[in-house]
Amino acid sequence: MKYLLIALLCLLPVFAGAGEATDMAADPVLEKRMIGLAENLRCLVCQNESLASSHSGLAEDLRREVREQMQKGLSDQEIIDYLVSRYGDFVLFDPPVKKTTLVLWYGPFALLLIGASVLIYQLRKRKTLIVEPELSTEETQRAAELLNETAALPNQPKDSQA
Amino acid sequence: MARFILPFVIFAILAAFLFVGLGLNPHEVPSPLVGKPAPAFTLPQLYEPEKQFSLQDMQGKVWLFNVWASWCTACEYEHPLFMELSRQNIVPIYGMDYKDKREDAEAWLRRHGNPYTLVVSDTEGRVGIDYGVYGVPETYVIDKQGVIQYKHIGGVTEQVLSEKILPLVKELQAK
Repeated sequence: MKYLLIALLCLLPVFAGAGEATDMAADPVLEKRMIGLAENLRCLVCQNESLASSHSGLAEDLRREVREQMQKGLSDQEIIDYLVSRYGDFVLFDPPVKKTTLVLWYGPFALLLIGASVLIYQLRKRKTLIVEPELSTEETQRAAELLNETAALPNQPKDSQA
Repeated sequence: MARFILPFVIFAILAAFLFVGLGLNPHEVPSPLVGKPAPAFTLPQLYEPEKQFSLQDMQGKVWLFNVWASWCTACEYEHPLFMELSRQNIVPIYGMDYKDKREDAEAWLRRHGNPYTLVVSDTEGRVGIDYGVYGVPETYVIDKQGVIQYKHIGGVTEQVLSEKILPLVKELQAK
């Protein structure tokens, strides 16, 4: 009895995964293709989830739709075009470069460029600001004395004297 | 003094962007369907499931197409506006019961009133996908040629109705 229970418990992880894909196509190749496509599509209800991982009702419906269109023999691009014509570029996690998405695509690089030029400008300016302090003869002499003093001392850590 | 101006300007620009961002609703996805012909469909009617309704029946009319469901709470808020609109008899409202059970939908309409000229059932949500529905309620204004002229996502408010939908309906009816 005890062993049977343990054996059953060991089987639990097998079922744990079942919750993720309650709606599966019979054909595993097609299911894999569908998941591959859906991973790059956004779920419109829970917007930061992909269509592949979302549990929302709409995502389930859209997965079914994608599956059916695949069964009909449509190509991945045709299916993506269909969804974009319904839901807009927003469904794509990888939106196309267009007039409206220029800022999205190139904005970060523009900001990086601005930041880098400001940094370079500031660093250049800084170079001219730092002037080597000129020492008077008296100060030079004293500095030389101090340097000699430390050189004469045995090379020991300072706190060992305490 | 000058050294404070630049950081302040940058701050102001950033603040302006963030402020605008606060007012935006990330759930309002611009619909690519506006300006395109309404996708064709044929669906059973809610009250007489053996009868079909198809989009061709609507040629030559300006109409509102409201997607709702008995499980949708926001629908309860916009519903009185449609009740009032149907009393005024300005524009026919057609309803699509989205991913719902027939009994539930009928009970809901008994409780809240039925402003619809006709209701169709999209039990599986397939026509919904064709219309790019992702959150009920959604309301479409469709013109005489069957082109979607406006789409409102979420509950219609009095402001949206009086400032956007009704002027548009009048303009389209005059054409």
